[in-house]
Amino acid sequence: MTREERLQKLREAAANRILILDGAMGTMIQKHKLEEADYRGARFADWGQDLKGNNDLLVLTQPQLIREIHDAYFEAGADIAETNTFNGTRIAMADYGMEELVYEINLEAAKIARASADAWTEKTPDKPRFVAGAMGPTNRTASISPDVNDPGFRNITFDELYHAYQEQARALIEGGVDLLLIETIFDTLNAKAAGAAVLDVFEELGIELPIMLSGTITDESGRTLTGQTTEAFWYSLRHLKPFSVGLNCALGADKLRPYVAELATRAETLVSAHPNAGLPNEMGEYDESPQDMAKHLESWAEDGLVNIIGGCCGSTPEHIRAIAEAVSQKPPRKPVEDNHKMRLSGLEPFVLG
Amino acid sequence: MTQNASTTFINIGERTNVTGSAKFRKLIEAEDYEAALMVARQQVENGAQIIDVNMDEGMLDSEKAMTTFLNLIAAEPDIARVPVMIDSSKWSVIEAGLKCVQGKAIVNSISLKEGEETFREQAKKILRYGAATVVMAFDEIGQADTEDRKYEICERSYNILTKEIGFPPEDIIFDPNIFAVATGLEEHNNYAVDFINATRRIKQNLPYAHVSGGVSNLSFSFRGNNPVREAMHSVFLYHAIKAGMDMGIVNAGQLVIYDDIPDELRERVEDVILNRRPDATDRLLEIAENYRGQTKKKKAADLSWRENSVEERLKHALVNGISSYIEEDTEEARQKLGRPLHVIEGPLMDGMNVVGDLFGAGKMFLPQVVKSARVMKQAVAYLTPFMEEEKAQCTTGDDSNTTKVLLATVKGDVHDIGKNIVGVVLQCNNFEVIDLGVMVPTQKILDTARKENVAIIGLSGLITPSLDEMVNVASEMQRQGFDIPLLIGGATTSKIHTAVKINPQYRRGQTVYVPDASRAVSVASALVSEGGSARAFAAEIRADYERMAEAHARGKKEKARATLAQARANKFAIKWQNFQPKKPQFLGTRVFRNYNLAELARYIDWTPFFATWEMKGSYPRILDDNKFGPEARKLLRDARALLQRIIDEQWLTAHAVIGFWPAARAGDDDIHIFTDDDRKTVRTTLHTLRQQMARGSRDRANFALADFIAPPESGLKDYIGGFTVTAGIGEEEAAERFARENDDYNKIMVKALADRLAEAFAERMHERVRREFWGYAPDERLSNEELIAEKFQGIRPAPGYPAQPDHTEKRTLFDLLNTEQEIGVRLTESFAMMPASSVSGLYFAHPESRYFGVGKIAQDQVADYAARKGWDMETAEKWLAPLLNYDPALRAAKAAAE
Repeated sequence: MTREERLQKLREAAANRILILDGAMGTMIQKHKLEEADYRGARFADWGQDLKGNNDLLVLTQPQLIREIHDAYFEAGADIAETNTFNGTRIAMADYGMEELVYEINLEAAKIARASADAWTEKTPDKPRFVAGAMGPTNRTASISPDVNDPGFRNITFDELYHAYQEQARALIEGGVDLLLIETIFDTLNAKAAGAAVLDVFEELGIELPIMLSGTITDESGRTLTGQTTEAFWYSLRHLKPFSVGLNCALGADKLRPYVAELATRAETLVSAHPNAGLPNEMGEYDESPQDMAKHLESWAEDGLVNIIGGCCGSTPEHIRAIAEAVSQKPPRKPVEDNHKMRLSGLEPFVLG
Repeated sequence: MTQNASTTFINIGERTNVTGSAKFRKLIEAEDYEAALMVARQQVENGAQIIDVNMDEGMLDSEKAMTTFLNLIAAEPDIARVPVMIDSSKWSVIEAGLKCVQGKAIVNSISLKEGEETFREQAKKILRYGAATVVMAFDEIGQADTEDRKYEICERSYNILTKEIGFPPEDIIFDPNIFAVATGLEEHNNYAVDFINATRRIKQNLPYAHVSGGVSNLSFSFRGNNPVREAMHSVFLYHAIKAGMDMGIVNAGQLVIYDDIPDELRERVEDVILNRRPDATDRLLEIAENYRGQTKKKKAADLSWRENSVEERLKHALVNGISSYIEEDTEEARQKLGRPLHVIEGPLMDGMNVVGDLFGAGKMFLPQVVKSARVMKQAVAYLTPFMEEEKAQCTTGDDSNTTKVLLATVKGDVHDIGKNIVGVVLQCNNFEVIDLGVMVPTQKILDTARKENVAIIGLSGLITPSLDEMVNVASEMQRQGFDIPLLIGGATTSKIHTAVKINPQYRRGQTVYVPDASRAVSVASALVSEGGSARAFAAEIRADYERMAEAHARGKKEKARATLAQARANKFAIKWQNFQPKKPQFLGTRVFRNYNLAELARYIDWTPFFATWEMKGSYPRILDDNKFGPEARKLLRDARALLQRIIDEQWLTAHAVIGFWPAARAGDDDIHIFTDDDRKTVRTTLHTLRQQMARGSRDRANFALADFIAPPESGLKDYIGGFTVTAGIGEEEAAERFARENDDYNKIMVKALADRLAEAFAERMHERVRREFWGYAPDERLSNEELIAEKFQGIRPAPGYPAQPDHTEKRTLFDLLNTEQEIGVRLTESFAMMPASSVSGLYFAHPESRYFGVGKIAQDQVADYAARKGWDMETAEKWLAPLLNYDPALRAAKAAAE
């Protein structure tokens, strides 16, 4: 299948049912209890910095392991796999001195996920599988000063983010992804830079892929880290005309629901959600069972809140399997009509008309 | 704004515009950004829905000024909540601004002035950044002046934007140019009409587009005559808004209400604006001088409500929590209605019903309700002597209608902020509350309940031993034949505990868990409602609890636990050879009496304060919360004012005692404290509990606090510290003063503040310990936010909290510190501290020491711990009850059978 054919199938599938996004990558990698040497592999045996914890690097040093995780999620019923590229920007990779490997990491990550998706599409041709290129928030915020005594200071600029995201997007697209997923957005300005970068790369390459956006509500105040409400967040990013907009991470399904419901009543596009498997318990572990999580998400589906669902931190193929089963017969949410009001935002929404 | 402006008209603040405000320009030129931010904040506080930021001044680096100012705004939630209008005639400045805002802004402006290519390019970029834009009616030829030129340029721009670029039409705001009228030049006379007509055509033919303009240009020729200028603006807006103008840059403070303009002036202004007669300008000039210099009346607090009937005034006072007039209004109502009871049952109850409804609908919040209750209580207090008098005259007083609720904090516990709030909320809803206070023994609760014939008993408690105390009250109620409902509330209580432990003890009546004060009224009302509904409600609760208890029993396969031996083998192994303990600056104790409260106030963490008032959200973000924001601000303002009084008038006294001692780990889980640094004589032993979660071999350790202290075999001389701080001396007296004034709001407030000060004191002492007294981190410099986030070395765990859940360890700590004698903080039989606003704990300095939760522990550890503490098994199980991973009753039965 060509990418155009796949995207056609993706749109058809989205019109008919709730699509399943995969679950946590980090959680699955953790289960393997990799050591420093495993991260390094032969190629980076002599790298000057510690590499343990550089999960994105594993697409180069442990590609089989990443492939197995993708396979496990597809096996569990996921329609869309996210590439293992959450930190795949030169901004985030600077922690490991690996800025120059960014392109290669994203390219390989996309290829691994592509190969897994294609193998599963062949196995189940009536359920084609897709790959979303994951673009994380980086470890810096364009809207907040890291220095409390100098609130006007920034340790990252819009332009730096823009160029870093361009590089990542180009590599992901070359590696064969079907969609781009700008996710775990805690600073909307970072995401605006990512969105501008992605659209410019599309123009440069003469293609256009669906964009998925997913923000993160940091706590029960209902706001992003940088202080925006869900509605304000959506108004800041509507101009990207995304394939979907949603929320992920930080909260479990029960706590996330009101904000997903808020988006569901506002978004003229598909709504996605991939919550954590509960909240970390006193030991920092996520312990919501697949059944409990599926039960929550099933009620969301029943109430017409979502089009795409999956899992974030703590979720496993068993969670995805339970979720996929729970919502398989539920109809997808209908996007709302554009009301043609001027919708602006600061930290809070402002609507005229 | 004005009554002639439609509700959808958006007024844009222009005080942060260097071309529009000389004051702002001077601040920016002087780089006084702090004062510049104040200007922005004031604008938003005064109601600006969007703020216009303009840095176009020849002497400025406009791009840099724009970037700096927008970045600073981003750090001010008070300002950043509204969208920004990025205003510049230079594209590079606009683009610099667009790179700083996470929200969706408005660009002001672009136009066809430099041709279509530039226009397209800039519009496309705006779309990429995600902003709306103002489009000036300006083309290659120049600025549009006539109606046709205005409309045609807008139409051309609209088509390029929507058809070629895909720009959303609703994000286009046309500015068809407002020019000065009444200039004396005839060709200017129709400018306002041109604008108004062009506006109408734009709105009719260019769907979803908006129209805006800078209004002050219009009256330029009347500079210096503000009354005339304001009249011109109002008349112009009146007509332009009717034609469809929906945004504008107007100084809202300088607008008169259309209907308030004197007839003569309005007519002549209207002639000018609408160009109704050739001599309109002359005629306006004729009378203009008569209006110059008229100053507007100063706005005072809105007292129009004082003109209503006394019933309405009482209602208003209750809903808005205003007590200034309550006595005179109550007296007037008493005279009008004849009997004090009629005042209470009439207007006062009506008002409280409105409050109750608003609270129930989420339109009022707890602090407001408590203020309303304060007003109510003051009114009732005023009426009480009259009622006594009546009663004395004829004993018809029949108060059996009100439902009595008894509230008490159980024996051994002193925490009552939440209980007090519940009491107030119940009183607001026509319940009579009998509050027995704190540390109330079971028998006193039951005797009072019987004597007063109460309908409901409510128990409160905060520390974990109180859970057992509540079970005890429930079983006594069963035994003594009570059948009235029992309400359970307080921080450590839970629905599951109520269902599993309390409910089964009390079969004759219904136990109900009440999660918060807002729920108390509906629960209490349901439990005493007429007909069968109370019984149905109770039956439903009972069935629910039984289901929960069964599910709990079924699901209660004991959690997988490691044996104590396994857990000890997997202790948190610190590499002691890499560590050199720092000797504290002194050994033994040091006392700090009358600590400076102002210093402590700076260390307050406000987030829990808001939680006390059932406003959940973290400070300072809660101040901008959609739901709680405005009330949170008021609450904080009140709190700060009271805090200032507390400090100035020294209502509270803060004392602390801290100490450091030579210490070494003893065995696996205990800590020896030595009499001196020779370390020959053990003075006392601190006991700690160890996590027993089943761990994989490569997983995390099973922690105990003892792990953070060097064992003797390390050869190191390690130390441990301890502290007790209190800010609660004087707390009860201050609260009592407010209680006597029927001011529950401040009674609760003073306790909540004392509580915060105690926590702040603990934080401040810990900081000084790290930097000075122990001195292991002399260079630490952290902001209050970082302190709250615990970004420092070392911990201060408290007995009774997750890392050492055994409250009885406080006894050892208090003896070490000689706390009672030194600073007067005492322990109750449940080991709660008195005064309640006190904090105690241990200090650990090791860089790897951290907080953790012990979690559930198995029988082997309970037995081991009992032996170490010199307890029998039952005593250990009593104090460790919330931790047990097994059913002690089964254990005892088994032991008896053997």
